Amino acid sequence: MKFTVDDYGFYGKFGGAYIPEMLYPNVEELRQNYLKIMQEPDFQEEFQSLLKDYVGRPTPLYFAKRLSEKYNTKIYLKREDLNHTGAHKINNTVGQILLAKRLGKTRIIAETGAGQHGVATATVCALMGIECVVYMGEVDIKRQAPNVARMKMLGASVVPATSGSKTLKDATNEAIRDWINNPENTYYIIGSVVGPHPYPDMVARFQSVISEEMMAQLQEKEGRDYPDYVVACVGGGSNAAGAFYHYLDRPEVKLVAVEAAGLGVDSGESAATSVLGKEGIIHGSRTLLMQTEDGQVTEPYSISAGLDYPGVGPLHAHLFDTKRAIFESVTDEEALQAVLELTRLEGIIPALETAHALAAVGRLGAKPDDVVVVNLSGRGDKDLATYLERFHFDE
Amino acid sequence: MNNRIQKLFAEKQQGLLSVYFTAGYPNLNDTVPIILELEKNGVDLIEVGMPFSDPLADGPTIQQSSEIAIRNGMTIPLLFEQLKDIREKTQIPLVLMGYLNPVMQYGVERFCKKASEIGIDGIILPDLPLSDYVREYKELFEQYNLSKVFLVTPQTPEQRIREIDAQSNGFVYMVSSASTTGSTSGKSVENTGYFERLAGLELRNPRMIGFGIHDKETFQRACNHSRGAIIGSAFIKALAKEGSLQENIRTFVQSLRN
Repeated sequence: MKFTVDDYGFYGKFGGAYIPEMLYPNVEELRQNYLKIMQEPDFQEEFQSLLKDYVGRPTPLYFAKRLSEKYNTKIYLKREDLNHTGAHKINNTVGQILLAKRLGKTRIIAETGAGQHGVATATVCALMGIECVVYMGEVDIKRQAPNVARMKMLGASVVPATSGSKTLKDATNEAIRDWINNPENTYYIIGSVVGPHPYPDMVARFQSVISEEMMAQLQEKEGRDYPDYVVACVGGGSNAAGAFYHYLDRPEVKLVAVEAAGLGVDSGESAATSVLGKEGIIHGSRTLLMQTEDGQVTEPYSISAGLDYPGVGPLHAHLFDTKRAIFESVTDEEALQAVLELTRLEGIIPALETAHALAAVGRLGAKPDDVVVVNLSGRGDKDLATYLERFHFDE
Repeated sequence: MNNRIQKLFAEKQQGLLSVYFTAGYPNLNDTVPIILELEKNGVDLIEVGMPFSDPLADGPTIQQSSEIAIRNGMTIPLLFEQLKDIREKTQIPLVLMGYLNPVMQYGVERFCKKASEIGIDGIILPDLPLSDYVREYKELFEQYNLSKVFLVTPQTPEQRIREIDAQSNGFVYMVSSASTTGSTSGKSVENTGYFERLAGLELRNPRMIGFGIHDKETFQRACNHSRGAIIGSAFIKALAKEGSLQENIRTFVQSLRN
């Protein structure tokens, strides 16, 4: 079984580049150049140096003792929450901004859901002195106010997406339309392993530093370079793609992708794409997609803005289709409980997205000697308003 | 291939007017009345839009008409039902335009077969890539005598324009400027260098210009550089005005040509 992208940009039957002709020159330019540029020594030097000194990598692989005792297995947390800007998203934006510069682009656009990718993009644009426009759903602007403020402080324009469900899907539509209208000077930094080829492969490669570090860190701590389980949350799926990447062809490692069930998979208010979706086209990619019988994209729901997406990256659709990964789904309520649990057992407040991965740990059936790595993709600062509202600490 | 589109371009050399509307807008059952009224007012070709929830290439006007049409209950099966006797009423060339996902869910082969039975002449699916079309669907479209129309833009390289011209038939849809539909920023029909460059390529297909064409002046300018022009968003806006469908359509079409 092959889990890397083929020459046409497909993972099995998923992927490709289903884009209007207006986007073809830009996407084609990227397709022809991304691997070449990423392999250039001066690119790698600049990229690695920024990851180390600016982002703060490598991130620790932390043995969570009290959490391990509770679940009676060995749990490690890959601390992507300790990256600059508070999540894994910046691994990818550092890579793409260097690529955009080498392609001679002078204006950056991005979409964002929870705001983590928007902040990570605004950050690297400030670092490089490049104009930045971030599209964000009107609903998400309201529920992730701290990140909106950070983006503005960093000098980005935040443009509300007011169509459709006013969340991540619609922000992505608006960013794509911006690119159609500005084809010459603009580069689109997509934040997840979604969109037309080569984006899913490119973003997965930039995020693959996560599993690359894990291998070295596990070797040191466990005497072998792989765990029994890697657990990560999946909206579009970039942190999962990075955490799975170097283990895709290692069947001894069980890959666990955790989707947002919202109010419950059968409630009609959910974002569990692998359960509720079927094959279709969204944002230029053939993948699993939540849609009506007539092929209209449906509005997903999750308490977590970062997982509130009706599709999933084509790599993950392929991992689901071939049963290479185990797909779990976690409700809003279960995720909130996992937030509190990690906070009280380990003194780490995770992001709502990340909490979905944590909530699935108890279901794995992991044995006491098994090694479980949970990708702690982001920290919970941005979600404090939600936590205070839901946990009622004052009462 | 020989259908009503080829016949139209063989018979009429210039000033062709193609009008786009979203099926199911403003009201669910307006599809056939709009087609008949457009024909009565001398429109040459009609593009019937199949609404999609996430129309990436479209600006706000067609996004909104699509949203309303979907809310009204428009679907591909219903559209085919509405159009089933259309050839008893008119012989105007008809093109279905929409995005790939709804067509994929209906089934591409089933879609081509049904469209052909009804008397549809051409299909435009902006997010179906040329390479996928050639690899998977070209034979099917030709078998059912359906013209497949592709878009080209000011950024499309010559080699690709030639490839598109070679693989498609009916006409080449020239997007007037780098934009989504309905842009009236003024830059739309000013890129005469691009229009002349395409004219100089001597393509086998006739050329039509669309995107941003919204009044008599922009229509004329487009006609000066091609066989004719395509109007969508401006027509949708005209349909939204007060007054009857008949009146709105007559006033709009006359405003372009008189």
